[in-house]
Amino acid sequence: MNQDKSDTAICDLLDAELRGRIRGYLPRYPTSRAVVLPALHLVHERLGYVPPQAVVEIAELLELSPAQVQDTLSFYGFFKQDQPLGRYRVWVCRSMACAAREGEELLEYLCQKLDLQPGETTADGRVSLEFAECLGACDHAPAILVNDTLHKQMTKEKIDELLSSWE
Amino acid sequence: MPYEPVLLANIYKKDSHTLAVYEAGGGYRSLRRVLKGTSPADLVRMIRESGLRGRGGAGFPTGLKWSFLPKDHPGPIYFCVNADESEPGTIVNRVQMEADPHQVLEGIILSCYATRASTAYIYMRWEYAQCLKRMQAAIDESYAAGYLGQNILGSGYSLDVYIHRGAAAYVCGEETGLIESIEGKRAWPRIKPPFPAVEGLFRKPTVVNNIETVSCVKHIVDRGVAWFKSIGRPPEPGNPADPGSFGPKLFGLSGHVNRPGCYEAPLGIPLRQLVEECGGGVWKGRKAKAAIPGGLSTGVLTEAEFDTCLDFAEPMHAGCLGLGTGCVTVFDETYSMVDLLYNACRFFAHESCGQCTPCREGTRWALQMISRIKAGQGRLKDLELLAEIGNSIGALPGTTICGLADGAGWLIKTVLRKFPEELEQYIKRTNAQGYSRCEPAVAMTANNHG
Ligand SMILES: Cc1cc2nc3c(=O)[nH]c(=O)nc-3n(C[C@H](O)[C@H](O)[C@H](O)COP(=O)(O)O)c2cc1C
Ligand code: SF4
Ligand code: FES
Repeated sequence: MNQDKSDTAICDLLDAELRGRIRGYLPRYPTSRAVVLPALHLVHERLGYVPPQAVVEIAELLELSPAQVQDTLSFYGFFKQDQPLGRYRVWVCRSMACAAREGEELLEYLCQKLDLQPGETTADGRVSLEFAECLGACDHAPAILVNDTLHKQMTKEKIDELLSSWE
Repeated sequence: MPYEPVLLANIYKKDSHTLAVYEAGGGYRSLRRVLKGTSPADLVRMIRESGLRGRGGAGFPTGLKWSFLPKDHPGPIYFCVNADESEPGTIVNRVQMEADPHQVLEGIILSCYATRASTAYIYMRWEYAQCLKRMQAAIDESYAAGYLGQNILGSGYSLDVYIHRGAAAYVCGEETGLIESIEGKRAWPRIKPPFPAVEGLFRKPTVVNNIETVSCVKHIVDRGVAWFKSIGRPPEPGNPADPGSFGPKLFGLSGHVNRPGCYEAPLGIPLRQLVEECGGGVWKGRKAKAAIPGGLSTGVLTEAEFDTCLDFAEPMHAGCLGLGTGCVTVFDETYSMVDLLYNACRFFAHESCGQCTPCREGTRWALQMISRIKAGQGRLKDLELLAEIGNSIGALPGTTICGLADGAGWLIKTVLRKFPEELEQYIKRTNAQGYSRCEPAVAMTANNHG
């Protein structure tokens, strides 16, 4: 990373408000390292991803090495690092109970409809498609999570409706 | 069913998640009473006597776990509440947190008081957004009402409760993976000993308990040890390893049943009765072929084994790893065991944390082999190789750090053992030319999104 560029980037990526929210987690834990996951979540929510520069800034804020933050980040499939997510992040469950009720067919259907592979985002930045392992909603199989909202007993028709309702 | 639910008693009330409704139903009464006149040691004794065993999967006696904490430790002692619920098929903690978060919270406060913990972290899987909202609102209400924070109800006991969100990784549910994850690291399970009770979160004495376990604590305090022991099943005669299966249990039902959902019944209900009476039987008028009794890791039961009672001991007699989470997934007669095996192997390969070579490589090889079989390039020899993996990976044979690999192995070996003809016929049918070959077959055609 270019040294003199990163100084200006610091103010750009994590603003004062976001830094304040991250610092707000410090009293909850005896170590600053325990704030890494909450910080990654906050940054991910704000920026739609956690670019390398944000890793450096989180590390600086928590007085850690960027390598420690990066190490944690890279373990959890949840965080993206290369490009921002789409406005709608769609998780299609592919595990046992949903698969038994044709969840995998729904994933294929979405792949075709959006012309995406799981892990990719549409060019217009609207939708990111992901597969999920069991969402804990097996009683509502096949289940799909869109951002924070669980969609139950999904069908291709319901998926069509959802897609057309998104701007 | 004539059984009167306790854990789910509140959930059908309007606004069941609010403090007002919870208190109107007698909520936090037990907490008030305990803080006035019961010592932590008495409470631990009570839970020991009740025979309560952990609901998170392993069935470890809760009071015994608590009694491993060092006496007279200067503190802090930490309490981790396991709300990761990522075991495929498992849904009950979600229902509890969404519909009755104060019941969970009262259980947490009582359990923390018993273990003299000063901070509790609820480790919640990221996907549970509604649970997060409800639990956080309940925590806020409880702080405002004086059930949490400094000097709770004037007792001198203080407790803080925080929610810590996961980030979509199954292994975070393993108790030491969970601890590492709260500490801000990759969720790599730790080698034990030291056990968390001695050196856990932030290297301090720590207890990890499941959401349903702490909810049971609340009801034991409410209704007493005799009540708890009147439900469920006594220790199996002639089985010194079984301390009994007491109390109510939440059972999930999913897969090919008419009424999937979360149900409460005494521990020990026969699987068939659960499927018929709660689940309304198998869907589409079909017959059942198989079921997973307590989450994918527990292995598979055949229809002929549906009379197995869902307590902590009987599923093992049918070759399963244990009761697991008590969440049952049913498969009808049309469902292919090749598909189930493929789905399971893909799950475990995706979720292995990679620390232990037998788990990392074993789950990967298993996935490659079952992918090949599924794609019509399987050889009969592959079944032997799969069985070898199933038998050799896991903490029980002693080759890995945590139980994730046991779950993978158990599923593989129970499917192979209980459905050999189906697997063999599939291979012979789809690979008529090459099924008997022994040399490594052609390149992979796995449809693995991972
Ligand atoms: C791979 C793996 C995943 C686990 N996931 C969970 C889980 O999601 N929730 C849970 O309560 N226990 C889970 N456990 C069991 C925990 O390690 C631990 O035994 C449990 O939380 C203890 O609580 P209990 O005694 O109240 O059951 C898991 C274990 C393993 C090996
Ligand atoms: S058994 Fe598997 S999941 Fe558990 S620590 Fe070892 S590699 Fe990780
Ligand atoms: S298997 Fe899909 S939500 Fe559990």
